[in-house]
Amino acid sequence: MTGLAAAASQTSTGEAVQFWVLGTVAVIGALSTVLMKKAVHSALSLAGTMIILAVFYLANGAYFLGIVQIVVYTGAIMMLFLFVVMLVGVTAADSLKETIKGQRWLAAGCGLGFGVLLIAGIGNASLKSFNGLGTANTVHGGNVEGLASLIFTKYVFAFEITGALLITATVGAMVLTHRERTERAKTQREMSEERVRSNHLPPLPAPGVYARHNAVDIAGLLPDGTPSELTVMNTLRKRGQMRDVSQESLAGLKALEQRSGERLGRDTEEEEVAK
Amino acid sequence: MNPVNYLYLAALLFTIGAAGVLIRRNAIVVFMCVELMLNACNLAFVTFSRMHGNLDGQIIAFFTMVVAAAEVVVGLAIIVSLFRSRHSASVDDASLMKL
Amino acid sequence: MENLIALLVAAPLLGAAVLLCGGRRLDRAGHWLGTLLAAASFVVAVVLFTDMLGKGAEDRALHQKLFSWIPVEGFQADVAFQLDQLSMTFVLLITGVGTLIHIYSIGYMEHDERRRRFFGYLNLFLAAMLILVIADNYLLLYVGWEGVGLASYLLIGFWQHKPSAATAAKKAFLVNRVGDMGLSIAIMLMFTTFGTFAYGPVLEATGETSEGKLTAIGLMLLLAACGKSAQVPLQSWLGDAMEGPTPVSALIHAATMVTAGVYLIVRSGAIFNAAPDAQMVVVVVGAVTLIFGAIVGCAKDDIKKALAGSTMSQIGYMILAAGLGPIGYVFAIMHLVTHGFFKAGLFLGAGSVMHGMNDEVDMRKYGGLRKYMPVTFVTFGLGYLAIIGFPGLSGFFSKDKIIEAAFAKGGTEGWILGSVALLGAAITAFYMTRVMLMTFFGEERWRRTATPSPDAPDVEPAAETRGEHAEPHPHESPKSMTIPMIVLAFGSVFAGGFFSIGDRFLHWLEPVTGHDHGDAPIGASTVTAATMVALVIGVAIAWAMYGRKPVPVAAPRGSLLTRAARRDLLQDDFNHVVLVRGGEHLTRSLVYVDHTLVDGVVNGTAASMGGLSGRLRKLQNGYARSYAVSMFGGTAVLIAATLLMRAV
Repeated sequence: MTGLAAAASQTSTGEAVQFWVLGTVAVIGALSTVLMKKAVHSALSLAGTMIILAVFYLANGAYFLGIVQIVVYTGAIMMLFLFVVMLVGVTAADSLKETIKGQRWLAAGCGLGFGVLLIAGIGNASLKSFNGLGTANTVHGGNVEGLASLIFTKYVFAFEITGALLITATVGAMVLTHRERTERAKTQREMSEERVRSNHLPPLPAPGVYARHNAVDIAGLLPDGTPSELTVMNTLRKRGQMRDVSQESLAGLKALEQRSGERLGRDTEEEEVAK
Repeated sequence: MNPVNYLYLAALLFTIGAAGVLIRRNAIVVFMCVELMLNACNLAFVTFSRMHGNLDGQIIAFFTMVVAAAEVVVGLAIIVSLFRSRHSASVDDASLMKL
Repeated sequence: MENLIALLVAAPLLGAAVLLCGGRRLDRAGHWLGTLLAAASFVVAVVLFTDMLGKGAEDRALHQKLFSWIPVEGFQADVAFQLDQLSMTFVLLITGVGTLIHIYSIGYMEHDERRRRFFGYLNLFLAAMLILVIADNYLLLYVGWEGVGLASYLLIGFWQHKPSAATAAKKAFLVNRVGDMGLSIAIMLMFTTFGTFAYGPVLEATGETSEGKLTAIGLMLLLAACGKSAQVPLQSWLGDAMEGPTPVSALIHAATMVTAGVYLIVRSGAIFNAAPDAQMVVVVVGAVTLIFGAIVGCAKDDIKKALAGSTMSQIGYMILAAGLGPIGYVFAIMHLVTHGFFKAGLFLGAGSVMHGMNDEVDMRKYGGLRKYMPVTFVTFGLGYLAIIGFPGLSGFFSKDKIIEAAFAKGGTEGWILGSVALLGAAITAFYMTRVMLMTFFGEERWRRTATPSPDAPDVEPAAETRGEHAEPHPHESPKSMTIPMIVLAFGSVFAGGFFSIGDRFLHWLEPVTGHDHGDAPIGASTVTAATMVALVIGVAIAWAMYGRKPVPVAAPRGSLLTRAARRDLLQDDFNHVVLVRGGEHLTRSLVYVDHTLVDGVVNGTAASMGGLSGRLRKLQNGYARSYAVSMFGGTAVLIAATLLMRAV
């Protein structure tokens, strides 16, 4: 802290190195936020940039904000982003092909001009003297205490209003995402009664149970051996292309008999001869 | 190193974010770019706070964060409900401003 | 006493409001209400008059301010009344004759189902006319001026089911509008010149104003007077205005409204006195109209139109007198009052004749009516004697004074004007005698068959036998009609003498109008003698033409002048060719300019805007990102501007 206070218009070499290394990474992160095809990648790049910014906050003597940046921004807000990306679809890759004519050129031109102007503005401003945060951070016994004393004295009304804003935002999000049920949810009792009434007491079969062939068109058998039409898809049922597995088993039985007959053919032939 | 460099970095990040808002069509990414712009502003505020030797800049940055949080909550809720009704998160699909 | 002045106007105004808004439930009593309120106004006028007589000549003028109408800094208009001797004269004439004509109308309009409305209009007219004459500033006078124009329009077109009446009403309205324009311009000029339009300040300030401005104001006032008083060149409406019911013709188009122009000129005397050029024009207009109207009156076979021509001519006398300046103001007003009596009487007589003759107006189908309508005959005859200036009757005194004043103008002008006035007197005697002879004397040309019908002619005709083609049964009119005629006949006979003996009228009006005897080149008795000679010549010619030999029922072709006079001396043709055709051509060329130039510019602008918008619309593609680019670009521009400003 005392080191920072001493750094009035020049920072320490360590900070300089940190700035140049992490600054480069931050810009790369920002660029990849913009340029990555998938939203997840963008979100992760942005999270990285934000963490680097948190480090910069710390380097600038804003300890509280640095921590808040990591905890609230990177931790909570970016996770919220990831949740939404998940809801909307992670795989939904965004085509980067521009659809509005001239939009990209206009954006690039505007961005470039804007950036140049900003940088020119900063360069023009007389920002030679640096006071440093040494006294400000120590006067109340620390950065957090200093912020607290400002928030609860000078900015107390703004602070209260942000509270109201947050509440409003919460309620707003609930209102926006809430989906109205069109019918009452059935209770468990009602569901079981319905089951009994529909004469399907045993658990409903999965398609293709006990099937031997391409089972889509063959009805599954219920535990009591009767075929259940419910197991065949509706289209085939309507077309009448449903095959009966009971016939199949009879045919199988016949084949079995035949095969055993072949093996015991002589016996039968002998019987016939004998006859 | 002169701390003014932080300001240049902030300007750069802001511009990148702004360009992203203009170029990207996925609403979520657009939103992220907006967040990037807000963060760039915060960086500038923190740097100014250091320059002037008082904490007011940090307070403003703090409030910006709170407002950004509120904004994200509502914005994402809007995106979700839009996605539900349109099955798309593209900002160009919502071109209802032209009748 | 001042507070009574507003009551003069309030009574008929109330009557108009009640009668026009009251609806059918007032149909039964409406005419009584209207007459009562007119009479009430007359009573108030008499009360005010007696009060005024009790005061000295200098402090007779009363003043009442009702409220501030337009209280703007630098533009003060009040609703304020001023009742001086001049206004008082008019008020008495208007309310007096007005009341008589209300009474007359009760009988005359008996069979008209819209009688209530008629009385409402009459009351409206009275209110407007009273406002006109008792206003204390030109703006309020303008209100009355427009009000009487409206009432005149409504009453001329009262029988609106007749296309001719509707057209006549429109014609009167439009021609009057030209005059009204003159009045409004005059008022505007007054405001820019004097900064006010109240009588007092304006008329006092004429001394220190340039003559040019006063001449302009005077000419505009004269234009207004020409419109309202049917003077050349705006006289064409008066003849057609006879389409209105006869009481209207008597009240509005003979006795009161058409004399408003004379009032205006006399009231603005100070302006004309200071603008001799304008005065000269007034005199010329008066003299021309005097002869013009008289010639028209000679040729018309329609009794009302003949009387209308006469009215025009008589008002020409008044305008002439008013144009003479202080020499003539008093006599203009005096002739106005006596004319109000005898011309109203003549019109009422004409109405009575028409009433008895199935609304026939063609004098060639009259004749010998004196036996059947004795009262009408006597009253009409007295009016006739008065108008031709028979010695001792009203017209004799008033007209004689005007002719004298014309001579007293002095110089060549005086001689010319005096001669014109004398000629007018002769023609007046001619055409009035013609009317008299054709209507009341001679053979009974109204009979369909050559032999008199067997039934007694003095039997009242049954209502069902009255019809368009049935033979008329001339009969005397009911009491409600004859009594006003008798009263007016009294006025015709005695008013002139009463006014003239001892110069009563002169002394009465002099404080307001001023008086100047002028320098008469010939004595008063000489003028009177000359007038008598003119009178006798006129009557004699008329007798020779219409009394001695039978009048043909179908009008003969007549000389060129007669034919022209029958067509109002080609006034309408002139208007048609010069104004209507010219206006059409002007309009057509303006329309052409409008279509090509103005529309071209407008449409071109619209088309270019449309094209531009079509191009601009492409910017509005509906994509949020495009708009974001604009916002971003705009921000960049703002930053650039800020930086530039700081750099500079």
